[in-house]
Formats: sequence, structure tokens, C-alpha cells
Amino acid sequence: MKHIKVLGSGCKKCKLTTKAIQDRADALDIGIELEKVEDFAQIARYAVMSTPSVVIDEVVVHTGSVPNAATIDGWLQ
Amino acid sequence: MSTISQTLHEAPRRHPLMVAIAMGAAWLLLYLQLEPLSFALVRALPIDQGGHLAGALQFFFYDTPKVLLLLTGVVFVMGIVHTFISPERTRKLLSGRRSGVGNTMAAALGIVTPFCSCSAVPLFIGFLQAGVPLGITFSFLIAAPLVNEIALAMLAAMFGWKIALLYLSMGLLVAIAAGLLIGALRMENSLEDWVRDLQTSPAAPVTADALDWGGRFASGAEHFREIVGKVWPYIVVGVALGAAIHGYVPENLMASIMGSDSWWSVPAAVGLGVPMYTNAAGVIPIVEALLAKGASLGTALAFMMSVIALSAPEMLILRKVLKPKLIVTFASIVAIGILFVGFVFNHVL
Repeated sequence: MKHIKVLGSGCKKCKLTTKAIQDRADALDIGIELEKVEDFAQIARYAVMSTPSVVIDEVVVHTGSVPNAATIDGWLQ
Repeated sequence: MSTISQTLHEAPRRHPLMVAIAMGAAWLLLYLQLEPLSFALVRALPIDQGGHLAGALQFFFYDTPKVLLLLTGVVFVMGIVHTFISPERTRKLLSGRRSGVGNTMAAALGIVTPFCSCSAVPLFIGFLQAGVPLGITFSFLIAAPLVNEIALAMLAAMFGWKIALLYLSMGLLVAIAAGLLIGALRMENSLEDWVRDLQTSPAAPVTADALDWGGRFASGAEHFREIVGKVWPYIVVGVALGAAIHGYVPENLMASIMGSDSWWSVPAAVGLGVPMYTNAAGVIPIVEALLAKGASLGTALAFMMSVIALSAPEMLILRKVLKPKLIVTFASIVAIGILFVGFVFNHVL
């Protein structure tokens, strides 16, 4: 099971990102472990400069915007 | 039907230059038709054509689409510019720069680098991690929200290019000077400890997505949806307010309070502006109302700058990485810079 983290300080786009990933996972019926990281010290460990960022199994795959459905599907499959 | 929409979708990818020219031409054509259209619209209404209401309506019918159209153009172009300048690239340009040159570059890059206040802290940390000096980081952090394309486009649309350019140069000046001063004060020890420890750790390389022109246009369209979709109600309300003032309110109502004669008008405007928190789109209607009622330009600009550059929520976010001493220093220096701008505009220009 993929472990996905959404990095972001709780802004609107970060919530949208979390929801979009959960929605795609549900739609494709793929089990994921989704975690929201809001602590700045934790976020800093991934050295990202814009949020929301998406981390899959400890690798940063996306920064700075809400990913679209096709992008998310690419990560999940 | 589906082939048409498909063609429309693929056109920017296949012929980016053609699509850009066509869009630019359509934009210009529409823009040039706004004034005759607004007159025609007012003439078609069953109202007293020479009266206050006709004057106010004509102003509203002309200014609302004008401001929206200008904003659309600027925001779309900036969405494309953003695909060339990521925060990571800006950071690379600034790392290890000397103060002076570095502060100037940082302030200028602050205008064009994509920036969202909710990303301010990760960005701040990212800059420091890559060896961007503290003062230069602050120049960027002050300029990015203060001098942005939305503020400039709206100022230009509502008050003309001269005022927009003045705002641009004064905003850059405040950002550069404040960053230089913060750098000279050597306040690295006023960063929160965990931030200071991070400075020595290497930053992970982030590869930027390689985009073709289709992708860049899509980014422009996305930026347009995001920004114009959010600010259009402010613009309509702002212009309506302006139209009402234009048609009805006697001028110089505010002159005695916020005119350039009273020395305390600028500090009062800054004091009022700090607790207020809104974006450029929200504050410009207020500025328009102030100016129309006789407030002087320096006072109105100082008010606008203090609302945008200094706000309580931003201080709270920055508190997570800065110790109180540095926050107070930062806020005081920026406030003094804004006061200076206000006084210069009121008394020198």
C-alpha cells in the first residue's frame, strides 16, 4: 500500500489536494495510506518551497498546486 | 461538437504563436470597443441622459469590463511567466548574492515568482537552506505580496499608468531598503532554533516539470480561473463604489482628514492599515473611495501598502520561524519605509 503525504499548512489548496487524492483512490478502488502534514518543521525536511506538495513513499512528486485527476491516477497505479 | 472542442484544446499545443496572436487581437478589439459600448448602453436606458445617474452608470459600464479585461490579460500572461520562474529557480539565482545587488534582484524577482502567502514559511526556509542571506530573503518576502501583478494591473486600470509605476518603484524601494537594513542588523540568531539548524542541511534537488507551450497556456488559464474567479466581486463592488462617488458624493469630503495638509494623516493611514487584512483587489476600491473624497495620494498609497505588506495573520505565520524580536524589527522597518513613501508623495511630489 502506498503511503501518501500531503504537505501544507492547512490552506484551501492543501485541503483540496488531500480530498482529490482520496477521491481518486476511492474511485479506482485502490487502498492508500493518506496523511496530512501541517507542521512546518516536518515540511521543511522534504525541502519543498511551495505548498501543497505531495510525497509518495518519502519521494516528493509534486509541488505548488492542486494536482489534476490524471496526474493522481498516474501516481496511484 | 466533440471534434471542435478537441481542436480548440489542441490548438495551443500545435500552433502556440498563432493562438497567442489570435487571443491578443481579440482582447485588443474588445478593449477598444468598451467606451462606445458603454455610451450606447446608457443611451438605451430610459433615464435622464445628462443626470447624475447616467454619469454614474456610464462610469460603471465602462470601468467594470475595463478593469476585468486588463486584469484578465495581466493574470493570464503572469500565469505563463510563472511556468518559467519557479521558486526553486529564484532561490538558485539568489543564493550567495552580496547585499545590495542581491536585495535588488530579490525584490524584482518577488514580482514575477509565483507566491502564495500560505507558502511563505516553506519558501522562507527554502531560501535560507540554499544559502540566500537573511536580508535578501526578506527583500523577496516583502516585495512578493506588496508589488504583485494584480495590484499593478488594478492601479493602472483605475488610476492610470503613472500611479501604477510610482507604486511599483516605491514598493521595490521599501523591499530593498528594508532587506538591506535587516541584513545589516545580523539577526540570524533571532530565527527559531529549528530553522537555524536546518540551514546547514543540504536542500534536496527538485526537478522542475518541463512544459511545452500547451502546458504554459494551460497554466495561464488556470491562473486566470484562480485569480479572476476570486477577485471579480471585489472589482464590481469597487467600481460601483467609485461610480457612486463619481456621480453623487461631493469632492474634498475627506480632504480635511486625509489631505496632505495634516502631518498625521500618513501615520494614521498606516495604523489603520496594519490590522486590516485583505488582498490588493479588496483594498483598491477603498483607495479609490479615499482618493475620490480628497485624501492625498501619499496617504492613500501608504494605507494600501500597510494593508498588503503588514498584516496580523502573516505575522502569526512568520512567528513559527522567527523569534518575536525579529518580527518586531521586520514590522517596524517596513512600517517606517511605508511612512517615508507616504510623506515623500505628500510633500515632495
